[in-house]
Amino acid sequence: MSKNWPLWEIFVRSKNGLEHRHFGSLHAADAEMALENARDVYTRRNEGVSIWVVESKYITASNPEHNGELFEPAQDKVYRHPTFYDIPDEIKHM
Amino acid sequence: MSEEKIKSLEKQFEDRILRDEKIEPKDWMPEKYRQTHIRQISQHAHSEIVGMLPEGNWITRAPSLRRKVALLAKVQDEAGHGLYLYSACETLGISREELYEQLHTGKAKYSSIFNYPTITWADMGAIGWLVDGAAIINQVPLCNTSYGPYARAMVRVCKEESFHQRQGYEIMMTLAKGTPEQKDMAQDALNRWWWPSLMMFGPTDAESVHTAQSMKWKLKRKTNDELRQQFIDQTVPQAELIGLTIPDPDLKWNEERQSYDFGEIDWDEFWQVVKGHGPMNKERMNARVSAWENGAWVRDAAIAYAEKQKEYKSKQAI
Ligand SMILES: [Fe+2]
Ligand SMILES: [Fe+2]
Ligand SMILES: [Fe+2]
Repeated sequence: MSKNWPLWEIFVRSKNGLEHRHFGSLHAADAEMALENARDVYTRRNEGVSIWVVESKYITASNPEHNGELFEPAQDKVYRHPTFYDIPDEIKHM
Repeated sequence: MSEEKIKSLEKQFEDRILRDEKIEPKDWMPEKYRQTHIRQISQHAHSEIVGMLPEGNWITRAPSLRRKVALLAKVQDEAGHGLYLYSACETLGISREELYEQLHTGKAKYSSIFNYPTITWADMGAIGWLVDGAAIINQVPLCNTSYGPYARAMVRVCKEESFHQRQGYEIMMTLAKGTPEQKDMAQDALNRWWWPSLMMFGPTDAESVHTAQSMKWKLKRKTNDELRQQFIDQTVPQAELIGLTIPDPDLKWNEERQSYDFGEIDWDEFWQVVKGHGPMNKERMNARVSAWENGAWVRDAAIAYAEKQKEYKSKQAI
């Protein structure tokens, strides 16, 4: 049995001024081929000006089962938002 | 996990979908949801890949450079659609190799429409117009389906499909206003592709086994019959406009329903083709499997090269 091509995650910058965004994934033998394939698969209609590829195995993802402990603490920290602070109505531009 | 725990997780899960929340790959999901999605997404991916074969047949014989670049671009898009969908499917924990294996051994199905032959150039017109047209109607609701990676893949697919349909219709239109022979060729293609296109929406609602569950998971928003009716209503005037006749003597505008009534679909033919007895089932699978097998040495060489490069680079670093 021959070895299979690994999976790569593809990030594309649609135009300068915007960040690279995750577009999807594909299989390729190495980084260079991943770039070439990403160009053909994800940018056939001028969808991008720059491509990042990273082998999927190098991405560490949070576990949705831990979403409670990870993200809920932020919910009761209303003082991190401007609307928490009482300012007289006459004050403009603040 | 206890049965009770699973029940409560399932309830939470169904509620999330009801609230229009998306399900993402690492979220908990019922096993049946995972399996149903693997089946549907992979079938869809296989259809895009096998779907390249009937049109690929005409690339070298396209009648002009304009037609040739368009057909080539369309077929390349279908390859892309297959790839978006395979990767979406892989997020459910099945490997690409398993998916190919299922296709090549006949365990997985693909759309039966691709088991019909493409015998004239007009078939390129009929496929773009009718087959891609029907696919668009099936696919647009999937842009809002509950499984995130599938929905995102479908947004890309749908964006690219509309050129496919327009290029097909343009081919039909051009033939229809050409010589009598060209017009006959267009009519003949319509005659052969019309009924198989109607079958693309699947069995009638009364016969369809998965509809209720699929509606709940937003894999479907309308029933097979509703979508089929929508296709007929939008396509009949398009045929009339270019002077072609839909091959259905029972086709008639129904004033009351504001829709077309249409004739009986030959479901025996449909099931025959699904079961592998269509005119091209064997040939399609042979073409697909031999492309895969004959390409093995290229895949192996690419991996060998990548490994050598890695070795070389790490030696240089020392
Ligand atoms: Fe497609
Ligand atoms: Fe499609
Ligand atoms: Fe298409």
